[in-house]
This record gives sequence, C-alpha cells and structure tokens, in this order.
Amino acid sequence: MHITLDSETDFDGWRQAARQLVLNDVRPPEVTWSVWGAAPGLFEPPDDVPPQDTPSGTFSVPAKFVDLAQSAILHRNPERFAILYRLLWRLRSNHDLLDVATDPDVSQAMTMAKAVHRDEHKMHAFVRFREIGREQKSHYVAWFEPEHHIVELAAPFFARRFADMAWSILTPEACAHWDGRAVSITPGVPKAEAPTQDRLEETWRRYYASIFNPARLKVKAMQKEMPRKYWRNLPEASLIKPLIEGAERATAAMIAGAATTPHKAQKRPEPVMPRTPSSTAGDIESIREQAAACRACPLWKDATQTVFGEGPPHAPLMLVGEQPGDKEDLAGRPFVGPAGQMLDRALEQAGIPRGKVYVTNAVKHFKFVPRGKIRLHQKPNTSEIRACRPWYERELKSVQPDLVVAMGATAAQSVFGKIMPVNKTRGRLIDLADGPRALVTVHPSYLLRLPDAEAKAREYQRFVDDLRMAADLIRKPARAD
Amino acid sequence: MNVQRKLEILADAAKYDASCASSGTEKRDSSDGKGLGSTAPGMGICHSYAPDGRCISLLKILLTNACNYDCLYCVNRASSNVPRARFTVDEVVKLTLDFYRRNYIEGLFLSSGIIRSADYTMEQVVSVARKLRQEHHFRGYIHLKTIPEADDALIAEAGQYADRLSINIEVPEEASLAKLAPEKDVRAIRRTMGRLRLKLDEAGEGRKLTPKGNTAPKFAPAGQSTQMIVGADSASDRTILDTSANLYGSYRLKRVYYSAFSPIPDASHALPLSAPPLVREHRLYQADWLMRFYGFDVGEIVDETAGMLSLDIDPKLAWALRHRDRFPLDVNRASREDLLRVPGFGTKAVDRIIATRRVTSIRAADLARLHIPRNKALPFIVLSDHRPSPHLLDSAGLAERFKPKATQLGFGF
Repeated sequence: MHITLDSETDFDGWRQAARQLVLNDVRPPEVTWSVWGAAPGLFEPPDDVPPQDTPSGTFSVPAKFVDLAQSAILHRNPERFAILYRLLWRLRSNHDLLDVATDPDVSQAMTMAKAVHRDEHKMHAFVRFREIGREQKSHYVAWFEPEHHIVELAAPFFARRFADMAWSILTPEACAHWDGRAVSITPGVPKAEAPTQDRLEETWRRYYASIFNPARLKVKAMQKEMPRKYWRNLPEASLIKPLIEGAERATAAMIAGAATTPHKAQKRPEPVMPRTPSSTAGDIESIREQAAACRACPLWKDATQTVFGEGPPHAPLMLVGEQPGDKEDLAGRPFVGPAGQMLDRALEQAGIPRGKVYVTNAVKHFKFVPRGKIRLHQKPNTSEIRACRPWYERELKSVQPDLVVAMGATAAQSVFGKIMPVNKTRGRLIDLADGPRALVTVHPSYLLRLPDAEAKAREYQRFVDDLRMAADLIRKPARAD
Repeated sequence: MNVQRKLEILADAAKYDASCASSGTEKRDSSDGKGLGSTAPGMGICHSYAPDGRCISLLKILLTNACNYDCLYCVNRASSNVPRARFTVDEVVKLTLDFYRRNYIEGLFLSSGIIRSADYTMEQVVSVARKLRQEHHFRGYIHLKTIPEADDALIAEAGQYADRLSINIEVPEEASLAKLAPEKDVRAIRRTMGRLRLKLDEAGEGRKLTPKGNTAPKFAPAGQSTQMIVGADSASDRTILDTSANLYGSYRLKRVYYSAFSPIPDASHALPLSAPPLVREHRLYQADWLMRFYGFDVGEIVDETAGMLSLDIDPKLAWALRHRDRFPLDVNRASREDLLRVPGFGTKAVDRIIATRRVTSIRAADLARLHIPRNKALPFIVLSDHRPSPHLLDSAGLAERFKPKATQLGFGF
C-alpha cells in the first residue's frame, strides 16, 4: 500500500490516511509514504487510495500523540510518516506507550518533535528583517533557511509580534507574508529575491561588537546555541572571526595596561545618599536612627533591616512582641504581617485605638533560616534578647507608658529581664522597677498556629480579655494606688 | 557625538551585567493592531550569541556611564578614564524600536550610572520605559535597573512598565563591599529588594484572587533578580551561595547571576588583573541550580572544610562521591528526591524515568534515550540489568575517573 500526501506538512492527509489504514488492519510494514511531487522516483509505486468505506469500530489515541505527531511530521526526515504510523499502530494495543521514553519509536518521534521546535525557536530568534522603503510605506523582508518544514508553524509568532508592519519571510521552500490582517503562504523563492542591506545593520553590528567581552572567550558555548549553519544569514556573524582573533590581544592589553591617573575633572561629588549623622539625643526618632545601624548581635547580617517600634511618642500603652517576621522585615515596620492583623482586630474589639499604642518587639531583627523560597522563623535565644534589650529600655524611657503588655515568652523575658512563664504570670498586673506596670499575655502568632478552630476561638477571646484589662487601665491610669 | 558612537560606549559600559533573560513574564502581543511587540513567556528568545558565549536577547545599555560612585570593580567608576556618553530618552526609545522591528532583540535592558541623585537617575530610566509603553505601545520585554533608595512612587511606576527589575548586590560580604564600593550601601540595597518583594507579592496576590477584575497594580511580572561578581574579592563559594540562599528566600529573586570578574580597561590596581574565573562561575551556576531545582541545601553542596566548590568535577558529582554510602540507588524504585541526586540525572530525565517505570523497567541501554551520560551515572545506580561492582563505589579510583581531560565550559549539566 502506498500513500501520497499533498505536501511535506500535510498532517490532515496523513491523519486521515493513517486512520483508514488502522481501521482496515493494514500493518505498518505494508505501507510506504511519499509526498506529492517531492521525489518523483522511477520506482515510486503507483498511488493506492486507502479504502474509503470505514469499517465498523473506532479507536482513540492519547491527546499528546496528536501534539507529538503534528510536530514530528514537520521534520525533514522522509521516514517520519512511517515512524508515526508505526507508533499509532502500536498505541492501539498499548495506550501508555508514549510514557515509555525509552522505547525506540517513542524516543525517535520525541527527538524529531524536539528538533522541529528547536528549529522554530531558532527561526523566531534569527530571522533578520530588512526594511524596504521608509516610514509609513515600508515593508520588512527577511531571508531565512530553516532546517525543517516550519515556515507555516513559525509564521503566527511574527504576526502577533509585528502586527503593525507589513512583512515577508522568504525561504527556499515557502514564504510567509503579513499585510496587517492575515498570514499568507506562497511558494519558495531563491535568495536573490531578498534585499541585501538595511540602514540599521551597521549600528547593530557595532552593538554586537561592543557588548562582547573579549576577556571571556567561550566560542563553543556560542556555537552550541548559534550553530554555523545560521551564520550566513546573520548580519553580525561576519564579526565573529575578527572578534575572536582580536580578543586575546585585547585582554592581554587590558591586563598589562596600568591603571591610569584619574581625570582631574572627575572629582567626586557628594555621596548621593548622605549617611545620617548619629545623634545622641533621647527622643524616639534619634534612638530609631541609632538602632538602624545596630550590630550588637549577629542577626542584622541576614535580615533586611532593623524593625524599630512605632506609635505616638508618648503613648500610654506599649505592646511588646517577640521579633519582626517576614513581612515586617521587608516593610521595616512592626506588626504588619498576619500576626499584626490579628492584633489589630483584637485591639479594636478590646476598645483600644491604635493611636494610643506604641508597638515594638523584644528583638528588632528577624531571625530565620532560608528554606527555598520561604524563610522559617526561628525563636531568638537569650543572648540575642539580651543584646537587643538596651533598645527596649531606651524606648521605654522615652515613651514612658503607663502599661507595658508583654506578648509571649520572649517579650516577657525582655520586659522583666528574666525568664517568666507566660501561663503563670498571665492576666495580672505586675509593677515594674521604675514606674509602669506590666501585663503578660500570649503572642498573637500563637493564636494563628492553633490547629483546631474551637481552641482558636477560646484563646482569642482570652487574648481580647487580657487587652480589655489594659484598656481599662489606660482609661483611668491608677498609678496612685 | 552620534548615536552609533554613543551606542558603542554605552553598550561597552553595560556588558559586565550578566543578566539578559527575557523569559518568565506575562503573555502579551500586538495582535490588537495598536502597538508593536510581544513576549515569549515560556523560555525567552536569544537573538544572537557573542563569542563570549553569552546570549544577546535585549538591547543592554546604560543611559549614561557618568557616575558619582567609585566602585573599584566597575568600568564606569568615577575615577576611570573611559570615554563618557549619555543617551537622550528619545535616542534610546528610537534605537529600541528600530532594533526590535528588525527582530534583533526581545526588548530593552536599561541601566544607568548614578548622576545627581537616586531619584533623578531613576526618573530618567523610568521616562524611557514610560515613553515606550505609553506613546509607542511597545509590548516587548523591558528590564530596568532599580536605583536603591529611589522614591517609592518611581519604583511603583517602574514596576508598572517593566517586566523585570533588578538591583545588583555585586559583592556578598558587607565589609568587602565597603572597601570596593564605598558609596554603595548594602543595607539600602536590601531594603529596596524588600520593597520590591512587597510590591511583587501584592501584585501576585491580586492576580490570584481576581484573575479578571484584578485591582492590584501591575508590578514587574517577571520578578526581580540580582548579580554577584565572582573573584573580585576573597569571598568563598560558601559565602556566595549562603548569600544567594538568603536572597532567594528573603526577596523571592527569580535569579541570582554570577559574573566572573574580568579585567576591564583602565582597571584599578586594587583588584586581581587576571583572566576571569570562568570555571568557578560555571560551578556556582550549577550549585545554584542544585539549590533551586534539586532540593540541595547550601551546606550539602560545599564541602565544609574547603569552603570552595571543586573546579574539576561538578558539585552534584562531588556530593555523590562524598556520600557513597547512599549509593548505588535502584532507579526502578527510588523516590524522585533521591533520583535527583544521582550524578548525570537532570530534572527532565527524572520525570521521564518516573513515567516510564510505571509501564516498564529501565535497563542500561535506555540511558542514552533518556539523555543520561552512562559513564557518569552507572557507578551510582542499579538497573534491572546492571549493578555496579561493590569495589568500584568504595575505590579511591572512582573520583579519579571523573577528573576532566579538558576544561569543561558551558552551562548545561
């Protein structure tokens, strides 16, 4: 049985014929394939028309076979029709065959499909348009020599990209044209029909020569991605040889050349970002500035920035958390992440306006370990808490709140200067050494971590209750008792 | 000075930036007939390659190479005698469009020396992108260099036009940066990367929540990236990779580029004047890939005692040779995680192995069809018709057989 297809890219013809052949149980070795007019050999067998009467029964193939065949059929290998038919034949009894990348037929079809896509990709990359005429009436024309039968496949890309210009891509086998409305395909033409120059080419060649770094020759890496067969149609390729030859000389000159004396004119102006002079004043803004440069423990190194406290400079209530988290580290502000949102909600329910609260953390840099694309929070240790405590002390001295609420164990350790178990101290007022009182409660992120909804609701309520105590206290500050 | 001469100076000034990617952005084209250009979201397109092996995808230039800063490693530092030039906004716009129409490029990568102030410089860079996008409806790829400490409104506008934003950290260690680049402030760089990530997150969440009626402002759909120079200071590979891991985790960078320090014209005496460490650069890229796609931790990749990657063999092979007790691995049974750790097994090969072995078992002859190098993989694996000799895995000679005969270059592994 011999099948003649209409063209090198006649997928529909192949599909129809193959389908008929399978349904008529024509085994792959009994079929030969050719393309109409492509190779009119003397011994070409006469055309057989596959039986048109469809026998009963149907069969289905995996969707990915259609994709694979549509691509592989554009390969220039004349055996491709037969290989794909064999694959189709075998798929009937082995539906999972395409998963077997180690099967010779599958492997060959995949290799062909890959080669076609690579050729298409290279055509997208290496087509060089030359402008004929100027401005409104210009027409852009390119000459290209693809390896496989890909002109029709590759053309829509250019139509989507260069929708507002008229263009033609000429090749020996087929030409694609775009007039602003539709792509049309015409027969191939000789190279002589393509324009030979463009007014921008010299500029492009200068760019190519200037962007090249002669100190790092990697000719093989270049050739792997831009094989020689493409060079003859790339205007910049004629520079490759002289650039390589000049490279070693240029590099040697750079290495040998002594650094010259700088121009006098190149005097250095003021640094663009003036380094803030550190101040020794006790107001909260100057403490914040000083804290920005803190190196008292190693945590600054991996973090983005110091996250200092925030709020009215003389707020009656100071909330102390553990340390900034991922979002706080990026934004440079405390309690802006998920725990901060939880805190805001609880404050509102407890009747505490954010404007009356100064929020800060016991440790002012984010401690974490990177895990791929996320940062895993790490609990600060005692020496980090201790190293950061002076900042809290200075905040406390400057803000002078009536009440300090320590949220969680780390905050409690900082506020009291020693380890305080949260559960035992929670919910009662404790006098601090010089002035304010302190209240211990949980950290809002503890509430976020609770897995079961009921416990979450209960613990949240307790947290709000703790904050209500604080609310009562700042409403009627009772330092006298 | 004509545009061609400016282009020579300002492309020469930009070539030490390794990034040239045009991939990973949103899908756009001009089929509505209103503008010019499209993106290739899948893999990006390299329109040419220079003999340095680097791809030319974007028109990579500086707006000006005049610079207030005096970073020793940089060809454009204030005290260098290189010729200076400055493009006007319109010149860059025209050049980009002219090159794009001829299919020379995917788009523009614009950076600049710091002139006057961070805000002034950033505003100039943003003006080019604004003009391309708003006046010419340019739909191609735009990569803008972000100037640290630039005003938030300018950064937001840059992200509205650009596909990718980047800030180069250049040197991994702060002390060393202070010496090499006295005006650069690594804390400012990190703060700005942090700002970018917050904006990227916001735009990303907006896309997720309401794919159609997305109200979050668009922001750099191809994310942010950075670059580190390798070999200009004494930083070890461990330090460099630790910094990368930190940056990937903290700012969700799409890429960290490693750029072997290469001699520059009119170089400073404070720096090594020697051929760029290209093999080291290549090993760092391999290690970077192991961290991002193969489930390796920095601590596993770099041998603790040395602090440096082997130049002779790739980091995965080096890891396997240090952990021979974990081999040989049965390819027909092993987990995906373990398969990814076999020398010579890439992510695609592993995917194919997993699909194939559901249907049939894998034999030695199949390796070639999976594009796996036999000699590299066979000592470490068990197949249905292959088991390495137990002596081989224990022998001292195993490491020797992988030592290269010639220097291996290129990025694939």
